[in-house]
Amino acid sequence: MTAKRESMIGLLNTPDGHREPAHVGGRERNQLLDWYHKMLLIRRTEEVIAGMVESGEAVCPCHLAIGQEAAAVGVASALNSGDRSFGAHRSHSHYLALGAPVRRLLAEVLGKETGCSRGYGGSMHLRAPEFGLVGTVPIVGATIAIAVGAALALKRDGRNAVAISFLGDGASEEGIFHESLNLAASMSLPVFFVVENNLYASHLHIDLRQPANSIARFAVAHCIESAVVDGNDVGLVATQTERLVDIARTTGKPVLLEAVTYRWRGHVGHREDSDVGVERKDNLPEWKKRDPIARLRTSMLARGDITADDCDAISLRIERDLIESLEFARNSSYPAMEDMTRIVYSDRFDQ
Amino acid sequence: MQYSEAIRSGFRYLLKNDPSVLVIGQGLWSPWYVGDTMRDLETEFGADRIIDTPVSELACTGASIGAAMGGYRTIMTHPRVDFSLLAIDQMVNQAAKWNSMFGGGAPVPVVFRLIVNRGGEQGAQHSQSLYSWFAHIPGLRVVVPATPQDAQDLLIAATLSDDPVVYIDDRWLYEWDLPVSDPVPVRLATQGPVRRREGNDVTLVGLSWTTRLLCDAADNLAKQGIHCDVVDLRVLNPFKHDVIAESVQRTGRLIVAEGDWKTCGIGAEVIAGVMELAGPGVFKSAPRRISLADAPAPTSKPLESEYYPTISTVTQAVEQSLKHSRSDS
Repeated sequence: MTAKRESMIGLLNTPDGHREPAHVGGRERNQLLDWYHKMLLIRRTEEVIAGMVESGEAVCPCHLAIGQEAAAVGVASALNSGDRSFGAHRSHSHYLALGAPVRRLLAEVLGKETGCSRGYGGSMHLRAPEFGLVGTVPIVGATIAIAVGAALALKRDGRNAVAISFLGDGASEEGIFHESLNLAASMSLPVFFVVENNLYASHLHIDLRQPANSIARFAVAHCIESAVVDGNDVGLVATQTERLVDIARTTGKPVLLEAVTYRWRGHVGHREDSDVGVERKDNLPEWKKRDPIARLRTSMLARGDITADDCDAISLRIERDLIESLEFARNSSYPAMEDMTRIVYSDRFDQ
Repeated sequence: MQYSEAIRSGFRYLLKNDPSVLVIGQGLWSPWYVGDTMRDLETEFGADRIIDTPVSELACTGASIGAAMGGYRTIMTHPRVDFSLLAIDQMVNQAAKWNSMFGGGAPVPVVFRLIVNRGGEQGAQHSQSLYSWFAHIPGLRVVVPATPQDAQDLLIAATLSDDPVVYIDDRWLYEWDLPVSDPVPVRLATQGPVRRREGNDVTLVGLSWTTRLLCDAADNLAKQGIHCDVVDLRVLNPFKHDVIAESVQRTGRLIVAEGDWKTCGIGAEVIAGVMELAGPGVFKSAPRRISLADAPAPTSKPLESEYYPTISTVTQAVEQSLKHSRSDS
């Protein structure tokens, strides 16, 4: 049970409010269709992976982002090809939102050489540099500082590009988070810290881990421009991302977005883990009413220029893509045994 | 040229010839932290390339890795080995593993320059070298220059390597003055142990500061007609055993001065390597280790002077080694 206290983020930490259609006014039709496609692709891919975990086909630890699709897609849609993103253990969504191919994700989850990390990473170590994803790793907080260094490189290159650090509320409890915010602010480096506050670190609710439930308060302490947003509203996430990233590009300074959301599955694996704490058992069904995909769909259908058939066509495309991708992954080979020691060093003279 | 000046010479060569080189760390603008090794470099090459930082070992080390992934060659400097432990996740979990865990093609051309600064009653948290910690990790290269020439050349080789390299220099060597020739970049992967003195009586193996200690001891012993083969390890990871094994096959006697703690240390690695390559029959007497006492570095003067080995420690070990034959050692 979590202690009841005043919320710094209004009703965003409860499933009660914020069920309205996504705020997508003024957006172009194609952008909405693209968002819908990416969010549904993430949802369905995660469900397929959940099935693979349940059946035992996928063995590596899989941390699913079902319920958090809008945060990844809303952020990714405002980025440029020269931007460099870094993720963590729950980063299938970032990988797919950035446009990297689902077939290479599934192959990676199965440890195949056609995977995005050539079968050496599994679910928790994803890389797709051609899509701007430099790397995701499961040591909590580790890539926050690496993103700061990436921003230093981008700034020296004069590329007007931004480094993105995707992290969760749990990572904000690591010292590296605070050191990195200070470093980026004091050196004036264009880092975009994206905090997906899903209220849980593993099984433990934020109210049991921090004296206040907003991560953006740390940005204030480091003189970093920030925003708190309903992370289940792709339109609001995209709008705030566009504003903040523009600040980072034009001033070269760091910015921070807190997207408050909720994960539908447990910390790791396919189960919902609704037995973990009374609150989660009560809240999960309610949070599903804040479904980011359903809220986007409602907005889209209300416009008049997008029909249910359009949505169904996207759905069908995703199902085909997943069937083909899964077959591709299953038919791929495992990495060659001799590479295991060969790739430890880049310079192979002494192997 | 003095060792400290040779490090500075290596930095100047790199900063002049490669615009992608950045140096990051605490105290880079202050001799309190880095001695004379970086004197005035921020004036010559700019404070935006010689970056003095907040007191954030972990984030700065992570940032040096991120910049290295982004096309720069970064040298992250920790003015004490001890301080780098605050950044160990970035060194061991991140830099050492990215290339492997992303299937190759994700190189991290970063150097972690760690300075050993012991003695002077600095005590337990300002004196460590921890060589074998870093040597244990696949994916890290570890270099421990002993001579001024190596201090210069291995810094350059480490920086030009595409792999993460731990470069450990020792302030007890900063005033060692030997001729140094102009830098000629070498490929780090080709480098390994070399012989600093030649002899057929005893093999002495050292690294960094203990190499100097062994050379001085060997020079004294040579006057008494005892001729030691002194091997300077230079590179601890990947570890190359062949030069040592070849030497022990000639001498039959082995002493390792590791300048660090004994358990699971470099001395154990050296001896095990000889056993594997040359077999136990090669030894005429039991191999010996000259190590630090299994205790954190003391501050009190008499304890401290007992804590660190001296030339006479080495001389006694050599005499013991020569006295004992295999059967009674």
